[in-house]
Amino acid sequence: MTPSTMWIGPLCGLLFAPLLPGVINRVKAFFAGRRGQPILQAYHDLFKLVRKGVVYSETSGGVFRFAPYLTLSAVILALFLMPMSGMRAPLSFQGDFLLMVYLLGIARFAMVLAALDTGSSFEGMGASREVQFSALAEPCLLVGLLFLSAHSGRVGLSDILGRITAGSWQDMPAMLALLGSAWFILLLAENARIPVDDPNTHLELTMIHEVMILDTSGPDFGAMLYAAALKLWIFGALLLNLILPLGPPSPWVQIPFFVIGMLSIAVTVGVVESIMARLRLLMVPKLLIGATALVTTALIMKMAVR
Amino acid sequence: MNPWLFVWIPAIAGCMAYFISNDALRRTLWLSVAFLHLIGSLFAASPPLTLFPGAWFGFDSLTALFLPITSILFLGASVYGVGALRRDARMPHPDRLPRRSFRFSPEAIFSGCMLLFLASMSGVILSRHFGLQWVVIEATTLASAPLIYYHRSRHSLEAAWKYLMICSVGIALALLGVFCLALAGSGAIETLTIEGMLERAGVLKTAWLKLAFIFILIGYGTKMGLAPLHTWLPDAHSEAPSPVSALLSGALLNCAFLSILRVHQVCLPCGIGDFSRDLFTLFGLVSMGLAGIFILHQPEYKRMLAYSSVEHMGILSLGVGLGAAGAYGSMLHALNHSLVKAMLFMAAGNILWMYRTKTASAIRGILRRNPTAGALWLGGFIAIAGSPPFGTFLSEFIVLRTLLDQSRWLAAAIYTLSLLTAFVGMASIMLRMALGDPNPTETREKLDPLCIAPPLILGFLALGLGVFIPRDLHLTLIQAAQAIGGFMP
Amino acid sequence: MTTLTVLLALTGVLLLGSSRLSISIRLVAIQGFLLGMTALWGESGFHAAGLSSGLSGMLVKGIVLPWLLLFVLKQSGARREIEPFIGFGASMLIGLLLMGLSAWIAWRMQLVEQGLSPALFTVALDLMLVGLFLIITRRKAITQTLGYLIMENGVYALGVGAGTEFSFLLEIGVLLDVFVGVFLMGIMIFRIDREFEHIDTDRFIELRDTASGKLPVEAGEGVR
Repeated sequence: MTPSTMWIGPLCGLLFAPLLPGVINRVKAFFAGRRGQPILQAYHDLFKLVRKGVVYSETSGGVFRFAPYLTLSAVILALFLMPMSGMRAPLSFQGDFLLMVYLLGIARFAMVLAALDTGSSFEGMGASREVQFSALAEPCLLVGLLFLSAHSGRVGLSDILGRITAGSWQDMPAMLALLGSAWFILLLAENARIPVDDPNTHLELTMIHEVMILDTSGPDFGAMLYAAALKLWIFGALLLNLILPLGPPSPWVQIPFFVIGMLSIAVTVGVVESIMARLRLLMVPKLLIGATALVTTALIMKMAVR
Repeated sequence: MNPWLFVWIPAIAGCMAYFISNDALRRTLWLSVAFLHLIGSLFAASPPLTLFPGAWFGFDSLTALFLPITSILFLGASVYGVGALRRDARMPHPDRLPRRSFRFSPEAIFSGCMLLFLASMSGVILSRHFGLQWVVIEATTLASAPLIYYHRSRHSLEAAWKYLMICSVGIALALLGVFCLALAGSGAIETLTIEGMLERAGVLKTAWLKLAFIFILIGYGTKMGLAPLHTWLPDAHSEAPSPVSALLSGALLNCAFLSILRVHQVCLPCGIGDFSRDLFTLFGLVSMGLAGIFILHQPEYKRMLAYSSVEHMGILSLGVGLGAAGAYGSMLHALNHSLVKAMLFMAAGNILWMYRTKTASAIRGILRRNPTAGALWLGGFIAIAGSPPFGTFLSEFIVLRTLLDQSRWLAAAIYTLSLLTAFVGMASIMLRMALGDPNPTETREKLDPLCIAPPLILGFLALGLGVFIPRDLHLTLIQAAQAIGGFMP
Repeated sequence: MTTLTVLLALTGVLLLGSSRLSISIRLVAIQGFLLGMTALWGESGFHAAGLSSGLSGMLVKGIVLPWLLLFVLKQSGARREIEPFIGFGASMLIGLLLMGLSAWIAWRMQLVEQGLSPALFTVALDLMLVGLFLIITRRKAITQTLGYLIMENGVYALGVGAGTEFSFLLEIGVLLDVFVGVFLMGIMIFRIDREFEHIDTDRFIELRDTASGKLPVEAGEGVR
């Protein structure tokens, strides 16, 4: 594998990430019997926002101006740590999975700070929920990575995820299935999808993610939207690494499969959003703890079997 | 004699009793089975012991001691029970709720469960296989839970639920112990018998055996009422009908004790006898101490008797923990305690029927109101407190002497202190109930002779054991003590 | 085999998190089924010796007892929610701790050297602890029965793991005991429901040692 092909995955991510929300929306529209917005709508939105001016509220300070770009850059950096389509990530070193988790944490931290900086009570509420739920979701991600790290005996993200093969699925189908389902829940929760959060809701009281970025506008808002799409891409890639172990036949075979896989994850998310109702906020922690319990069960049983 | 008969005859009779609607016929069946069982067990226990080399059920010295105890108590409780049913028909028990529709008449269920209870207890005493033993012990719980719930009051329901739940959980832990026992050996079926384990004593894995002993001690110890696992015991004993309380305390606790002794028997030749003895001593002392505290100021006299059972189970356990000499005392005490405690529960049943309350402070002057009931109560008090003419004195003294011989001063101090506490507690309650002037409005009623004879006979037996131990019994006791305590000094 | 143990462990965790009685009962049924499968499969493929115990276990623990409990649940007017003393999230976390503890114990016992399956031991211990935990922290009589059943399942799993070859009759005896036990508990839940108009065992406080001098409820309270 030539080093240059390693860059293809992340570049695909930068390029195609806004496709995912479009696909999800189209699937939801299909289930609702509508035609729905164009698949490329997210791109139009981004271009429109970049060309617009910014409005800042009087109460907000420097943090608010600075935060969207911090979020975006942290997420982009995380993207470059994530191995995709069976290839190593361009940036990889021992223990980088911790860095990835914390980069995502920084992105969230910046977003929360911005939300608090507006001084709006709605945004503060959203921030509080975001922090509460992410505190429960992060163990799920970390324990899952620990499980895979125990499986592979490595501590680098590319090594950990690269060691999953079709053979591992034959060896421990139940554990990997537990991990897969937990990470799917994690994907829904981290990306503000139903059943945790409803991206289309119009009631600020029930929002989590959307309410935090109510005050951002123009290119700032674009950065936030783009960061959200990239984050979805990162979690999708993580899940895909697990459930679709692409061996190394050749990059030119892997990449189409990878993109198709990503799109099918988006379709699945759309289906889930269409057929499920949002959970009561009180139930969300239970769901996340449940997801963590699934991966921890897998980890403990892995340790016991050893 | 085939040991299976001791299990099957009561079991079949018990199943039949459910379907017999004629009271007289059912009672005849019940009493005749009880009588037959006693004859059979005395015959089987009389030397020379015919060891039945069965894999499942068989006789040995411990069986020869415990089976007759159970038979005697069961016959006594049955006679008393028939009397109690007779008088309950005239004047319902205070706890009894108005009768609702039942598929079987309550009495049919009662006698049926009694007989099944006898079958399962005989099974526990006779079983030689640890798996089978587990099955029959759980069966004793299942057969006796409906008995506790006989009065169908809220209290008895609560007591029966606690009994069923706590004992089932405890016994499930004991099953874990049985599996550990299997792991200590090779796990094959034929090696889980006592003989099989003893033969392979040299090659058993002691770590697993220790684990097995702990789990079985906790599991069956729950059933035996060792503190702090005794929590079901006062409730069940106070709410059950008195003949059932007598059986629970006098027979069932012994059965559970015997089951633990079986594992102890295996532990001895494997070199971990000290380990199991220490645990016996510890549980024994804790039970005695705790029970002594709870007896003081106990407001209900049946609960007080129940705590006294916990205390005496502590004495049994402590005795075994002291090696062979203590084990002799322990075995003798098992016999004495069963007789005396059954007698006391029956006497308590008479008092409950006369006064219709379990609260001790509401009762004064039994001796004046009904001299027979009062005399039984007082006699029982003297016997359970371990006063000289009774056998309990002898056995308690043997345990104390062994403690002193072995220079276990602390244990001896706890032992004497607990006995003293229990004595003070019981004296203050029981003497107050027996003596004094009765309430003038209370009338003297006549007790059914069937409710007087059994406790009277049991009391005389206990008295007789204090004066004279027959040679055959002495030999059996020595053999039993050797089986669970090594050689006799 | 590993798959079965993982699924068994999962049922334990889910049972701690489930808030509806009917779901809990169904989870226990699944657990019984999985246990039967473990007895059937053994460590290496199909295991003919476990046929009788596996099938009878599946029948009793997977079908008969859950059906009985569902029937009791339907008959008693109890609320279908489980009301725990400890919340579901916390229960699940404790369940994970218990599982970790079991794995640690299984590891400490050096089972592999003795040719025993540490995974099955972990699950067995875990189920026993989960059962005990449910008995302690859930207040309904029916959940306590479930806890007992789960604990019993754990012991059974240990028996399978220990490779104890009980004879068929003994297996039947053990199962019969469990069956009659749960049956009696079911009958008593009926009665508790009728006498107390609830099945909350934490309100079972009428029997106690009132050594502090307060007199207990008069025993004659039952007389109406």
